[in-house]
Parts: sequence; C-alpha cells; structure tokens
Amino acid sequence: MNFEPKILGFLCNWCSYAGADLAGVSRIQYPPNIRVIRVMCSGRVDPEFIIQGFQTGIDGIIVMGCHPGDCHYLEGNYEAEMKYKMVQKFLKFINFDNRVRLEWVSASEGNRFAEIVTDFTRQIKEQGPSPVGGKSPDSMLLDKLNAILLAIGSYRMRALVGRERIITEFENVYGEKVPLEKFDDIFDTAIRDEYLRHQILISLSNDPKSVKDLAIELETDPSVILKNILVLKNRSQVNMEKIVGVTPIYTNIMEG
Amino acid sequence: MEKVGAVLVVGAGIGGSQAALDLADSGYKVYLVESSTSIGGVMAQLDKTFPTNDCAICIVSPKLVEAGRHPNIEIKIKSEIMNVSGEVGNFNIDLMEHTLFIDQEKCTGCGICGQECPVEAIDLFNEGLSSNSATSVKYPQAVPLVYAINRDYCIGCGICKGVCQAKAIDYKLKSKKTQLKVGSVILALGFDEFEADVLKQYGYGKYKNVVSSIEFERILSASGPYSGHVLRSSDGNVPQKIAFLQCVGSRDPKFGKEYCSSVCCMYTAKEAVIAKEHTEGLEATIFSMDIRAYGKDFDKYIERAKEEYGVKYVRSRISSIEEIPGTKDLKLTYETEEGKIISEIFDMVILGVGLTPPKDASKIADTFDIDLNKYGFIKTQPLKPVETGRPGIYVCGACSSPKDIPETVIEASAAAGKVNIDLSPARGTLVTTKKYPDEIDVSGQPIRIGVFICHCGINIGGYVDVPAVVKYAETLPDVAYSERNLYTCSADTQSLIQEKIKEHKLNRVIVASCTPRTHEPLFQETIREIGLNKYLFQMTNIRDQCSWVHMREPEKATEKAKDLVRMAVAKVRLNTPLSTVPLKVNPSALIIGGGVAGMTAALNFSQQGFKIKLIEKDKKLGGFSSKIYKTIEGDDIQEFLQELINNVENEDLIDVYLGAEIQDIDGYVGNFKTTIIQDNSKKKLEIEHGIIIVATGAKEYIPKEYEYGVNPNVITQKELENRLFNKGNFSNIKSIVMIQCVGSRNEENPYCSRICCSEAIKNAIRLKEQYPDKEISILYRDIRTYGFKEKYYREAREKGILFIRYKKESPPELISNKERIKINLKNERLGDILLDSDLLVLSTGMIAPSKENETLAKLLKVPLNEDKFFLEAHVKLRPVDFATEGIFLCGTAHGPATIGESIAQANSAVSRATIILSKETLMIGGIVSSVDKDLCTGCKICVRICPFNAIIKDDEGYAYVQEALCKGCGVCGASCPEKAISIKHFTNEQILSEIYALGGNIIE
Repeated sequence: MNFEPKILGFLCNWCSYAGADLAGVSRIQYPPNIRVIRVMCSGRVDPEFIIQGFQTGIDGIIVMGCHPGDCHYLEGNYEAEMKYKMVQKFLKFINFDNRVRLEWVSASEGNRFAEIVTDFTRQIKEQGPSPVGGKSPDSMLLDKLNAILLAIGSYRMRALVGRERIITEFENVYGEKVPLEKFDDIFDTAIRDEYLRHQILISLSNDPKSVKDLAIELETDPSVILKNILVLKNRSQVNMEKIVGVTPIYTNIMEG
Repeated sequence: MEKVGAVLVVGAGIGGSQAALDLADSGYKVYLVESSTSIGGVMAQLDKTFPTNDCAICIVSPKLVEAGRHPNIEIKIKSEIMNVSGEVGNFNIDLMEHTLFIDQEKCTGCGICGQECPVEAIDLFNEGLSSNSATSVKYPQAVPLVYAINRDYCIGCGICKGVCQAKAIDYKLKSKKTQLKVGSVILALGFDEFEADVLKQYGYGKYKNVVSSIEFERILSASGPYSGHVLRSSDGNVPQKIAFLQCVGSRDPKFGKEYCSSVCCMYTAKEAVIAKEHTEGLEATIFSMDIRAYGKDFDKYIERAKEEYGVKYVRSRISSIEEIPGTKDLKLTYETEEGKIISEIFDMVILGVGLTPPKDASKIADTFDIDLNKYGFIKTQPLKPVETGRPGIYVCGACSSPKDIPETVIEASAAAGKVNIDLSPARGTLVTTKKYPDEIDVSGQPIRIGVFICHCGINIGGYVDVPAVVKYAETLPDVAYSERNLYTCSADTQSLIQEKIKEHKLNRVIVASCTPRTHEPLFQETIREIGLNKYLFQMTNIRDQCSWVHMREPEKATEKAKDLVRMAVAKVRLNTPLSTVPLKVNPSALIIGGGVAGMTAALNFSQQGFKIKLIEKDKKLGGFSSKIYKTIEGDDIQEFLQELINNVENEDLIDVYLGAEIQDIDGYVGNFKTTIIQDNSKKKLEIEHGIIIVATGAKEYIPKEYEYGVNPNVITQKELENRLFNKGNFSNIKSIVMIQCVGSRNEENPYCSRICCSEAIKNAIRLKEQYPDKEISILYRDIRTYGFKEKYYREAREKGILFIRYKKESPPELISNKERIKINLKNERLGDILLDSDLLVLSTGMIAPSKENETLAKLLKVPLNEDKFFLEAHVKLRPVDFATEGIFLCGTAHGPATIGESIAQANSAVSRATIILSKETLMIGGIVSSVDKDLCTGCKICVRICPFNAIIKDDEGYAYVQEALCKGCGVCGASCPEKAISIKHFTNEQILSEIYALGGNIIE
C-alpha cells in the first residue's frame, strides 16, 4: 500500500490560514494529507508542540506564518523563526530535520500555499513513515525524542531563545549588540549539551549506570559524559549511587 | 430638532470602510453605501503596498470582514443615492438598491451558480484580464460574500436557479427604494483612472503589451489572472525588459490634467520592485520627470529600488512609442538629460496612470448640493481638509484630491472625527444593543457536545461523505448529538442549533463547515443567544481546506474531514467559558504638544464634551506654525493660529499647562496617570486621563551649510518669509538664489521634508509679485509640488522664476562671498553654471527633536523610526495609532506634514481616541494570556517580547498581564522559560489535545 503520511500544519489566523482558504476558494488541488491547527500567530507555536507531535507518530509538521513585516501582531513571526531554528537543530540529532518546515504564506497566496503543501507532502513521502509512528514505534528513538522534548523545554534553552532577538538584533543590557555568530556558538553548544544531558537522565532513570556504560549507549566519548554527569550532579539531578570496584555508578534522583 | 445618531457613508473602499468602523465603534448607526457589489475598493485589488511591501489583501481583509459583521454597520451594495434633503443633524436620503437578482439574505456565497454559468463574461476585478461568469462575486475574499447576476451579460438561461440549493436566485427581484434618516454624511467616493483617450497616445488599447498600472497590479498579484507570474498579454512570454512611464495624463495640461496625481511615483517604484522579485533577471526602467517620494520613509524606498533591486531611472518623458510588428515589442524614443535622442526596445510598457475624480462625482455633487473644484474633485479648503462647505457633509480620500492609502485612512478618521462634533449628543441612540440571556453555568456539568456538519449545498457534500462523518462523530467521546445541514449558516439552521442545544442539553458545539475567519462569529452569536458562553464553540474547516482542495479524492477528503472533526472534539472538550470584565474609562484626554495639531485635537474633544489636559513645553501655544504666514494657496496662518489659540484658551473643558515637562506616565488604556512639572518647579502634578495624543511636532533644521549664520546674506526660507510678510527691505537685492533640500535627503536626514518645495515656490511667487524685476533661481533635486500644488510650480515658471536641477552627488557650491554670493552648479544639460546673487535662501527641512522624542518614547513605551519621528502602529492602515492601545499621534511628530495635513491627522487621532472615550467601560478579557505566579521567576522575557507592552512586572517582581492591552497572540506563552504563561482558548492543553487526536500514539 502507498504510504500516506500524516502531516500537521500550524497556520496563523491572519495570513497563512487565509491563504489556505484562498486556495480552497480558487479550487487549487493539493494532496489531502495535511491537517491544520489554527493558531492566532505563528509565534504561538511552542517548540514543544512540534516534538510532542512527532512523539504521537505524526510524519511531518509545517508551521506557516505571515511574511516578514506582515505579522498581524507586529513581530510574532520573527519569534516563530527563532524557535523554529532551534527545533531544527535539535531534530538534526535524530535525522528528523527534514520532517519540519517553516514557510511564510500571505492571504493572497493560495497558489503558493498549495505548492508548499504539495512539495512538503512529497518530501515527507520521500522520508518514509516516521519510525516512531504506527503499531511498533522505535523505542530508542522515542527516548531520544523525549530527551529532545525535555531539553527544548528546559529553562536554559527557552531563556536563550527568548532573548535571542533582543540581544542579537537590538541591544543587550550593556547597550551592545551581540554578533549572531557569537550567539550561535553559545546556542549550539547549549543545544548539544542539553540534549546529551537529558539523554543521560533518561538512560539513568531506567537503571543506574557507569560513565563507561553511558558512553557506549550514547555513542559519546566518556570524558564528555563525565563532564556532563558532573553538571547534572551540581544541578542535583543525578547522584553517585555507589562505586563498584573502581567504577562509580550514577543514578537519576529526579522525581518520577 | 433632535439630531439623528446615524451616518451615511458613501463609497466603501478603504476610506469609507475605515470611517464606518470608527463611527460604528463610537456609538453611531452607519449606512455604508457602495455602488459595486462588494466593499474594499481599489485597495483590495492591489498586490502589495509601498513602502513596506505589505500584502494588500492580508491587511485590508480583516477590516472588511469586521465592517461586514459589525452590528452597527448596514452595508448597502449596488446602491445609489437618489436624493438628499435636510440639514446637518437631520438629513433625509433616498436610496435605490439595485437588484442583484439574488436574494442577499439567502445567498451563502457558495459559488455554484458562478461555476455553472455558461456565459463567460468579464471579470472586472482582474481589470478584464481573465474571464468570469455572468453571475459572480467581485473577488474571492469579497465582503459581503453574495453573488450577483450581471444583466449585461446574462442570457437568461435559468441554469443558476436550478443549481442554487439555497434558493437564493430570483429573476423577478426588483430594485427597491429606501429612505434613510441620518445626521451626517461622509463621501468616500474614491477615484477613477484617466480615460483611455489619454492613454491612447501611448498605444494603449492598440499595442497588446502596453498595460496600465492597475492592470499590472493585478498581473503581479498572486491571486490575479496570471497567479503572480509576470506575462505579456500578446504571447504569454515572460518579459525581460519593462519600461514604466510616469505622469501618464498627470502634470500634462495639453493632453491630460494639470495636477500631479501624487501616488504614481511610489506605486511605480513598488511595481518595478515587485516585478523584479517575481521575474529573475528582469530589467526595469522608470521614465520619470521629478521623483516625488515625499512621504514618510518613501525616499528610502526609492533608494532601495535603485541600489538593492537595480531599478533604473531615466529622467525623461518619452517622445514616441511604436510597436514592432511580429515580436510586438515596443520601441521607445526619448531624450536623455544630456540632450541625446535614444531609441530603446522593451518587451512591455506599463503606464503610470494618474487619478481622476470618480466618474459620478458631478452627479453626486449635484445630489448633495456641494461644489467641485476646477479639476472636478470635491472642493475642500487647505485648512479644512475634510469639509465640503455644506455643514454636516464631509469628504475623505482621493475624491477630494489624489492621495495614497494612509492619507485616505487619516482623512476617513478625520471625517469621522468631525461627525463626532456634529452628532455627539445623539451618540448611542440608534445602535443595536442586544440583550442576551444569563449565561448557563456549565462547570460541573458532564460534557455534551453537539456536532453540526454542513453540506454547503454540494460544496462539501459533493466530495465529502457527510453522512459518514456524522456517523463517525457520534462515536467520539462526549458527543451527545450529531447531524448534518444543507447550509449550517442559514438563518433557520441557527434556530435549529438552538433547539438542539436545549433538547439534548448540549454544552459544547462544533460546526464543521467553511472558514472560522468569516463564520465563527455567527455561530458564537447563535450559542450566546441561548445562554452558552461563546468560547464553548469550536469550528473546523472542511470546505475551503478540505472538500474544495481534494475534489478528485473524495475518500481521502472524507478521512480528512473525520480527522478534523476528531481534533475539534478533542479541543472543545477542553474549552471553558471565558469572561470579560468591564474596565471603567476615564473620559478625558491628555494631549502632549500645543501646536496646531494638539490644539485642533483639543477643540474637537471639547466640542464633544470631553475634558482635556493640554501640555506644552514652551511658554506659549502655537508651535511650528508661529513662523508661517501663509499657505501656498494663500490662507492666512497667523490669523488662523490666533483664532485657534483664543478658542483653546476660552474653552472651559481644556486645561492648558505651559512650560510643562512629563516626568512619568503610568497605567494603560482607559486609566492613565501622568506626572508633570511646570516651569522647572519642584512641584509635581498628577493628571488622570483615559487616552494620550502625542502632538509634539518637529523642529526646523538649522543649517551648517553655505556659511549660514556667518554671512548675513544667507538666510533660511522661514527668515525670508518673515521678511516678506513683515515689510522687510529688499531694495539692495537684485537677484536671489534658493537652494532646496538643505539638510534633507542626505546621509544625516535621509528623508524628504515634504513642505520645502511648496514653501520656496510660495515665497518666490510672492517676491516676484511684489518685485517683478528681481531675478529668482531655485536650485532643486526634484520639485515635489504634489497634488494640486503643481499649479504653483507652473505659475512660478510662467512668472520667470528659473528652476535649475542639481544632483545629489554635486550640490551647489559656494565660491565667493566677498561682495556678491557666487554659486557654482553642475547641471547635466547646461554644464557648469556660475550664479551671482545678493541673497541666498536655504530651504531647510524639518527634523525630529531627537532627544525629546527619545525621552518621551521611553516614557510611553512606543517606538521611533530611524529618523527619530514617532512610528505608528501600521504605516498604511493605522497611521495615527500606536501599537499600544490608547495612545495616538498626529501632526509633525509623525513626520513632515503641511498644516492642513496636520489638522486632518489631529481630527483623525481624536476619532480613534473617541472609540475609547465614548464608552463608559471597556470590556477586557476573552482570549488573553495569564501568568501563573507560582511558576514565574521574573526573568522578564515576556515583558520584552510582547509587542504591545501588555506585560509588566508587578510590585512583587512577577510578570503581570494587563488584559486591556493583550491581543492574545500567544508569543509570550511560547517563550516563557518556566511555561508560566497560558493563553486562554489556545492553552497548551487545548493545542496538545488536537495534536494527540491527530497523531494517535499516546504519550505516556
């Protein structure tokens, strides 16, 4: 049987939803895979929604907003873009970055809406069914998605992305503009670290493990694991449970 | 006689619609009369708008929808005014509503009639470039969305009646006469393009690849005839070289009209830019005389068109145009600035057609007994920009002079502002106030959902298996009732929904039909009428986004419809009633700035009975205008200003604070508290008020150029005016040189000051009239006598005043100042010129008082543009509003403007503010965000991110949402690091429930 992907679209009320309506009024045909959730502004789309969407087995997710400068709420679409970029970076870890897209569609672009949906549907068909969809989802991948969900929802990531525009495009508290490259460096490091830390936490919540065990499981250099274990220890999220021989065993001490 | 609290607005383009909305929101009944079949006018036809390249339909459509469903606006389409009698406060209007042959009440706008019509007639909206049918709507987003039969094309085959399932078609439907009683009238007739005759000399109508600018606008539009691809109509090829001709019919008394059409320079630049965006490698050349980019941020747009987009400007009027047989390319012949004759071949030619008065202007002027000016536009006075001369009848937009969208919107609100003065005693007498039953308390009730699925004739039912979707809906959790309707939006279905709510004790309702953008309010109203909170309703779109776009895959469309209904059910289960609470409004205004704009605003408010606090930093009222003596048209400014000051000082409702400085501004819309000090004293004064108008003005640029201040024979235009009007001595002066754009349009101030060209011409003409033997030269870059001011430019040249152009790169140089002033100038055609003069007059621009503006902007938390002028909420459609509710701006605080324009802005700002002040309370709440204090850490990300300044830190340091300012976009919620903010009606749980309902796999 042909693969018919489940595609979710978040459309802002003012431009892209109106563009989708115009495609309808103009009877422009496009593949029927997309299901739309209407939000008032593309900036409303919480990064977590996208990850949670994938967790439930959706094959592709597209966010659409007003063209830059057209936002009904002045600049919500710029915020959407910041968040989307972060989501993309996280999803790259699990090769899901080709399953998301952000597009600008105006109220007069019925054609463009249909073209984008057609193209995105084709793209998702090429990607094939989501490994976490269907009856027997890939549990390893689900763990990774869960780690991404926790990382993307962490205070640190949300704080960084929430300040990104202000400090890179306007000014920080010192009246300076932080160069984008510099910010991106910090941001990318944070993404990498938080993803790994949450993978560690998830792994440790299943059962206590040593640095070496974690290194093998997460395919990461043990010294890097250790560094991050120490951060988590400082955050009171893991504890050294015992030492077996010369090998300390760590456990997740967070609730639940 | 008692005044009638209703207003007639004639013409429902952007101007008429804006005026109607302002008035309807301020407590008046409005009849919005439109001659065509839908509202929106020319703006709805445009692709993008300058200088922001905003999508026109994106920004105008929400306004039209709002007008279409406003309880106090009655739209009369295809209607005509037959007779007018009475006087201000009490007019009787005879109206003829022409038949559509389709019952407006019954038509659902589904469009089947249009699809089945066998006669392909012409589609006016696309300017005749594509075909439509004899029964049609003007455009897909039309408001009201009703079809009309065009009798000129209809052959009477009767097919449409057969296919119309709403039984709306009635060939016997007669036109009907109605009488309306109104207190005031606003004419917003818009404009027409020049007749084809004027265009014929450019081969229009004869050569296929010569099109008018408005036709080209449709060609550029994504929803236009070519779906946004730029194509030649002769062969459908993509053009590689396009020529744009400016001043087609404008500034051309021989073949066209004497005046300047004001908007063509900008829309042409925009069309060239967009065309280049749409077509890779396209060469765009604009042939123009002066480039008149005199509006806010317009010059920057032209620079970008040149620099970034590579649009080429040639300063020339073409001398001939010929079509090349075979290729149908066009050969243009023109003379360059250096005087060379050149022939060049283009693929396509766009005529920058000017604006003429609407075709029916003279008939309407007769009907309303008002005057037209010599150009056939409705006559107004420079200092009374929206008054027709007949009391109670006002005018706005391009029917009184050519103007662009923001100027039209400003005048629309200004006209509404004037109506407010006439009719404020009758405010609220004719508006619909609907009584709703007490709301049913649904808390604690088990959830019972009713699902109503629409066939929309065959629009949905023809492709989606509606009975199957109904059956499926019944299986979903908490669904107590499900049914299908032929048209869920019809009036009888509304009663049916209400009956079913009662019968089945439903407490949540879903309609699966068309788009919530247009229909959600209707269904929300239906459930409110029976006592359910409107937020217990959920709509899902199975037509525009399902049946219509998957017509060839009915099974998959049915599956999609089921999924969408399942998602809606999941969400509506979590919907809760949202309440709105009244917030008391302090019915008084704070006006900052005591110039013409501030005082005009103050007097408008006082005539409506509102209290005003007017604060001025100087020791006296008057502002910038104190230095101006006459307008170019000859109005006496000093006399006008003195009268204004007297009126303000004698008005009991206005408290004037001179020498005042603002220390602090607290609060928000409806309830502000401002602290001021006067005359540098220590004593602080607290003022409470409901709204704020910023009318702080601009200041004169003090030149550093041309030894100004050193050489007494170098003066500014203002100083010259002072001498001219105060019997200054000119006896030793033989020749005078004026230099334009001193301190404007340069790196420091990269904008046009708008008024200096007219000012120089005004003074030059007066000098010449008093001293005909004096030699006067004006050195300029572009002469920007827009609109009817063009007449004075012509007059000046006829009087022998010499105009010599210079380029930005080579400004006039001061050579010697020993005895006489010598100016060296490079001109393309004349080469180096040396001018001798006894008096050098510098036309200096307006600049923003940057320090003061920065301070005030911080206090108000409103933005400034790059040039430190205040930045409005939206350059096109909200020209006098700030994004922050309750704060408005007018006059030169917004950017350079004439006195007349400032007056229009002042009345406009008053109208916008009156929407708030006319209400005892504002209803706040509904879809807004709220902060969970237990989770908030006080990081302030939301405070910085909210574009409306709705979130502040409270006394304890937590984020606090000022609901009166919140627009419900939800950006704060998606950004809060602690997820402490939730957006009502779009909560995380609600959106996640939809996601989960789609995804299927349950997350543990």
